[in-house]
Parts: sequence; C-alpha cells; structure tokens
Amino acid sequence: MRTTRRIWLLSLVSVLATAQTFTLDGIAARPVRVEVDVHRGLPAFSVVGLPDAAVREARERVRAAMVNCGFEFPLRRIVANLAPASLRKAGPGMDLAIAAALLVASGQLDLGRLPKLALVGELALDGAVRVVPGVLAIAEAARERGTEAIVVPAENGPEAALAGDVGVICLENLTQISALAAGEWMPDRPEPMPLRLSSEAGVPDLADLRGQRHLRHALEVSAAGGHSLLMVGPPGAGKSLAASRLPSILPPLAAEEALEVARIASACGRLEDDEAGGRPFRAPHHTVSPAGLVGGGNPPAPGEATLAHRGVLFLDELCEFRRDTLEALRAPLETGWVSIARAGAWRHLPCRFMLVAAANPCPCGRGEADPECSCAPLAVRRYQARLSGALADRIDLLAAIRQPSAEELAGPQGEASADVRERVAVARERQESRLGPGRSNAEMGPREVRECALDEPAAALLADAYSRRRLSGRAHDRVLRLARTVADLAGAETIGREQMAQALQLRRRDVE
Amino acid sequence: MSAPQACPDCLRRSRLLAHLAPYIEKIATGTVGSRSPELLRLSNEDLAAAAAPNAAAQILTEIGAVPESRLLADLVAAQCWACCRHDQRFPVGLRDAADAPWALIGRGDPALLDRLEPEGAVTVVGARRATTYGREIARELGRELTAAGLLVVSGLAFGIDACAHRGALEAGTTVAVLGCGADVAYPASHRSLWRRICGEGLVVSEMPPGTGAWRWSFPARNRIMAALAGMTVVVEAAQRSGSLITADLAADLGRDLGAVPGPVNSRAPAGTNDLLAGGACLVRDAQDVLDAMLGPGVRKTERTGPALDSGQLRVLAAIEEGEGTCDAVSASLDLSGAETASALATLEALGYVTCSLVGSYSRTLLQPPGGSGR
Repeated sequence: MRTTRRIWLLSLVSVLATAQTFTLDGIAARPVRVEVDVHRGLPAFSVVGLPDAAVREARERVRAAMVNCGFEFPLRRIVANLAPASLRKAGPGMDLAIAAALLVASGQLDLGRLPKLALVGELALDGAVRVVPGVLAIAEAARERGTEAIVVPAENGPEAALAGDVGVICLENLTQISALAAGEWMPDRPEPMPLRLSSEAGVPDLADLRGQRHLRHALEVSAAGGHSLLMVGPPGAGKSLAASRLPSILPPLAAEEALEVARIASACGRLEDDEAGGRPFRAPHHTVSPAGLVGGGNPPAPGEATLAHRGVLFLDELCEFRRDTLEALRAPLETGWVSIARAGAWRHLPCRFMLVAAANPCPCGRGEADPECSCAPLAVRRYQARLSGALADRIDLLAAIRQPSAEELAGPQGEASADVRERVAVARERQESRLGPGRSNAEMGPREVRECALDEPAAALLADAYSRRRLSGRAHDRVLRLARTVADLAGAETIGREQMAQALQLRRRDVE
Repeated sequence: MSAPQACPDCLRRSRLLAHLAPYIEKIATGTVGSRSPELLRLSNEDLAAAAAPNAAAQILTEIGAVPESRLLADLVAAQCWACCRHDQRFPVGLRDAADAPWALIGRGDPALLDRLEPEGAVTVVGARRATTYGREIARELGRELTAAGLLVVSGLAFGIDACAHRGALEAGTTVAVLGCGADVAYPASHRSLWRRICGEGLVVSEMPPGTGAWRWSFPARNRIMAALAGMTVVVEAAQRSGSLITADLAADLGRDLGAVPGPVNSRAPAGTNDLLAGGACLVRDAQDVLDAMLGPGVRKTERTGPALDSGQLRVLAAIEEGEGTCDAVSASLDLSGAETASALATLEALGYVTCSLVGSYSRTLLQPPGGSGR
C-alpha cells in the first residue's frame, strides 16, 4: 500500500536511475551503463542503445520476474537506455541490471550499495537468476575498472572468482536484491573453480595407441616442437584416435595461458562446471564454413580456431574441406591472431593452436598399393594435389599410417601420455631457454633457423638431400626446424646426422 | 656447325597444316579410327582438296602468297628456328617415314638435332593417367637412359611423358615433341617443365609457332616421336591408349619396341602387357633398353650405389619385401620409430628408395655394392 502511494506521488515527475553492467564483445567485456527513466505517459517499455533481439526481449522477462517476485511493474512510460549508444549490446546478461535500475527508478528499491556494484545475469520469469556466458571476462573487466563487487548468477560464482581481486556476490533470485542493496545480506565469496594446467584425468591417454611406432614418434616430435602434423592413412587406422591424444602429451599450461583458455571457453559458453583450462581439442566437421572456422558473422563471433587456442585444432578429411575455408586459416596459423573486420566492428581474437590434419591416401581410402583400390590414377593425383595447397604448406610433419595388424591390436598398451609428456616438457624447456618464454621451434623465424648449429655429417646430409631431391627453400627451413626439435628431444646442443635423417624422413612432402 | 635451315616451301607446308587444322579435325575425328597419318602423306594440293574441298584453291593461293621474309620473321618472333627435309641436319630417322613432316620447327638447343638419330635416341611414352608405379619407372628410365648417353624423346603430356622428361633432365637433357606449336606450352600446367626443356633441351613440332593443339595433332605428333628414335618404350598404357599408336607406328617403321610389365590384375598396364604378349621387348630397367638398342652388354648402366651398413640393408630388404610405410618397416623389423626414420631418410638421400606424397616408400633400381642384383 505504501509502495503504491509512493508511485502515485512520483507520477508527477520523471525519475532516472542507473546501474552498471557489461556486455560481451567477442571474448572481451565492455562496460555498459543502464539508465532507466520512468515518466508520465501511456504505459510503454522501450529499450534503446543498439540492443540485439535478446536484449530487447529483456522487457518481457523483466516484467514477469518483477511481478512474480512481489514487486510492482509501473504502468508508466519506461525508457531503458544502454550507454554507450554506439556499442552493440548482445545477449540476455543485462536483464538483472535493467530490473535493478527499474526498481530504483520506480521507488521500490533503495539505492544503497548498488552504485558500487556491477550486475550481470539473465532473469527467468519466476525471478531466478540464470547463467550467462563470459562471466570470467566480465569479472576481469570489473576488476580493471575498480568496481567493488560484481553480482553474478550463483552458478557463475566460481568462474567469476577466478578473476581475483574483485568482490563476487552470487544472486539466486531477484527477491534477494532488496536485502543486498540495503546491506542486510552479504553472501560469502565463492571458491574459485580449479584451474587445470595439464591434461590428466578425464583426457584420453596415448596408451590406447597400440603399435604404430612411427605415428608415436611423429606425435612426440610434433608435440615437442609445436609442429603441425599431417596424418595420411586408410580409414580406421587410428588417425582420429591419435589426434585426440595429442593434448595429453603437450606440456602443462602456464597459469596465465590456462586463464586465456578459460576466458575463451567462458565467452563461448563452453566452460564446464567443475574445471577450467586444460588444452582444448577441437575437431570441426569438414562442412564448416570459413566464419565457423576462424570466426565471423555480424557481430563477429569467435570460431573454432579461437576455441582451439593453446590446444589442438584437428581437421579430419583435410581434402574434403572447402578451399576457401582452409585459405582463411592461413594467416591466423602464421600470426596466432584472427583479425575480423566488419562494418562498425573490428575484432582481434587469439588463436595460437597446433594444427593436426588427417587425410586418406586416395579418394576410396585404401591407398594405391592396395589391390582393392579402385581409384583412377588421375583422380588420385587430383586428390593428392589438394594435400599440397596453401594451407598444407604450413604443415611440417607427415605421418603415413597403415592399418595396425591384429597382433598389434591385441598386444600390450603403448607408452602412457605422462612419460611422453615429460620428455616433451624437457624439450620445450630447452627451446624456451634458447628462443625466449612461450616460444617453440615451429615459430622460429628464418634468421633463428640459420643459427641452428649443425655438425658436419648433418650438414652434408641436408646439402645432399637439398641438391638431389630439389628441396625448396621453404622445405629446407622446415627440415632444419624439425631437426632442431629432434635434437632437443635427444638433448643434443648440435644437430647430428642421426637427427637430421629423422627430420628428413618426417617432413611433409611436396608435389613436384 | 651451321644453323639449321628451312626452305620457304617446307615452311609453307607447315603453315598449310595449321590452316587446315580445323578441317582435318573434322574428318580425322568424325570417323572411326584416326586417319591423320594417311592425310599427312598427301601433297599440298591433294591434302587441301581432301580436307577442305570447297576452299582448297583459296587456301592454297593464300599460303602461296605469304612472303619468305614473313615466314622467317614469325619464327624469330617466337624465338624458334626451323630445319626442313632439304637441310643436312634434318633428323635421319624422319627420312624413313613416308608421312614425315617437311620441316621441324624447334625451340631450344639446335645442336641436339645432330644427336637425334635412331642409334642415339629412345622414345619413352605412356599413359597420361598413370599410376605412381608407372611414373616412378618412367622417371628412372629417363634418368638412367640419359646418364647412359642416350637422348630421351617424349611428348610433354601428363603422366609418363612428363616423368620421363623430368628424369632425363635430372641427368642431362631431353627432347619434347609437341602437337601444337613449339612456342606453345601444352598442357598449360606443364609450362614450367616446357620452359626448362626450352632452356636445357629441345622442343620440336611440325606446326608453325602459335598453333594450338588439335585432337588429330597428337597421333600426328606420335609418328614423329616413333620415327626419331631407334626404340620406343611404352611404360604404362591401358588398352586403347594413345601411346599404343606410337608403338604401332614404331613397329611399322621397323624400330625396336619395348614395354614395361605391370600387374596383370590391373587395368592401367593392360596395353603394355598386351604389347609384351605380342612380342615387344621386355623392359625392366635402362639396361634392357641399352641391350636391345646397342646389343647385349655393349654399354652398362651405373646401377651400384654407395655402401650401406647392416641396419640400412635390413630396412632396404623390408622395403623390397613390400613394406610400404615407415610404420610397417619398424613393426616388421622391431625397430623404434626414430631408428627406422633415420635409416629410411638415409636410403632416400642415397637414392635407394623414393617416397610418395602420402609417405609410402618404393624401391628404386639402384643396387647396393656387393649385392647380387637381379
């Protein structure tokens, strides 16, 4: 009754209230100020400031949630403005802030602590606060802005707590907001979710790969130097199995890297409940579009390449991918960044991943040596020519795989991931001490490649291969990078003949 | 040695062919079987009358009116030279053929004309749609025959032809015979190979510069290849392949004919296997060709490579037994992936094995020292 009278009194003047929230822009969070104005006029509720469809629909959710939580929805002219007006606002994460500002503007909520808080959350019709994507990035942005605390959906609490030096308040229902604003109720800060650095429990283990010594060798070299890998072999030979085991032998992530991975997963709504971080493994289907692979759309959204950041991007059936899709991957593979420009929006997304591709040796998959292979020679040539396109040019290693024999499949398990990972980590340490933190042999520039020390027999072997097989200049450097990695695995300062030979064998072949 | 010469009449004949090309295309491909060699045997007047009955007189007048200076200027503009049947340097082999071209238009090194004699040249041809096996053998034959001092002639086509040229260029030089003008790179994707042969070898054609490719000009080109060389080797051809036309023409001229055997359960080498069944000389390597052309044992190919250690010999033996991939070799010999990789890379660097685009290994003809050979 009292509330009603206050609304009546206020009806003579226009009342303005604001609340702080954030919107996601790619994988970064941008601050948004919600201004709600309630004034005289025909009852209406409009949202302005470049809202997308989900934000515009907030009107219905906010109205139902307020009514169902015992508040009154003012039957007046309501305008919610989202500032800055030039920034596109996306997603339902602004529901909570709009509701809070509207409650203040309509006099049903005292301002209290609200100006010091940022609010993020989607409202259910019954007033429950639902999870939203990107809470980690939002909490970090709030910390940067010096916000005292951030109000998030209860389920997002552990994720927001990862951001560190910022208060986190978990809200379960809109009804709790009055007590919160008045300072009568203050929940405990939630425990941050564990950040997984290396892939251990729950990740498939390399021990499942039986036999296949060559493939194991190739996987180990590729993991040790961060070299991209192409596997060629008949269907069912274990290409996908091997690729999915690669994250488990990569060295552990640094805490900052794990946070990057978690931030991307969170922004894409893919963060699991229990843990964050760990090397991602992404295997997009070959029908993926260029925008799906490297990111795109309007507003630009991250693609598979960004989701695979610090992990493995696996392209099965490489020859079946659309050419323009693979072309789009070239520059990101080189620079570790995707730049997407759209009218009015420009994004820079990280994508430092290891590329692993798989292909059949011929269209039927059996390989020309198999008498069952029914492919016309020209069709085989055309198919294999696609293995040397512009993207394949960035691939360092080739592993030719064959169907494992029955004895091998029945035989003992292979070496476990943990043992391989140890050797890989040692090799990576050697690279970092030589090249600088976070860098691997695959990223060596032409000058660094020239600085690799070779002993005489190794140099002779490389020169011989260079003149005899007509290695291109690019292939020459590729072999040197690989040889450096093999030497790092062997713990050698100088590349020896043995290591050079291995690198020559492992390198990807070019068509003439 | 003086530069190759061509008289205006012979050059006009090649112009006439280019002019009549669309008419010949109509009658040569409109009926069953290729009749272009019979047509090319005719005199200028008969050929024009047979190919273009309505326009014959007009075409002959037009061609006859082209001044000599214009004929020569066109050659120079295309960086070509010509050698006609009245010149001493005209290849001897072509004089045996009744339907031989009147003039050869060449681009590249004219000195190679003198080496183009039946005793010193071998034609290596085969299907455009060739298997990896066929391509590998063609390359090796090209390389080894060139290394043994023979001149390898082929047609710059896809598949076997290109591999034979590439192999020959690895060891020396080669001659390409084209169905289009010598200054036209056909097929276009062999432009870089064509350019290389122009620079390091010789490209010849009976067509004037700038002429495009016609369907009938390939069998016509084949008759030149068959006549130029003392032996024609068909590396891989399916039944009814165009390279069998070359084989027939070579046999008609009394030249030696060789064929490389292939798996009997496969369609790709069915034509070459038929040739063998019909009495063609069996070609397993360059030595077989040398024996057939020059007499057994007259010239030996160098087929012994550098010494290998015992581990490398074991890996080599495994490849010979048919293990195609690094993985299969390491499983059958119980070696680690790294050991196998290093041995295979050494064998590849020394030329004992080759590796395909998809990583499958095959054995070359090179023998380790002290080996029994075949």
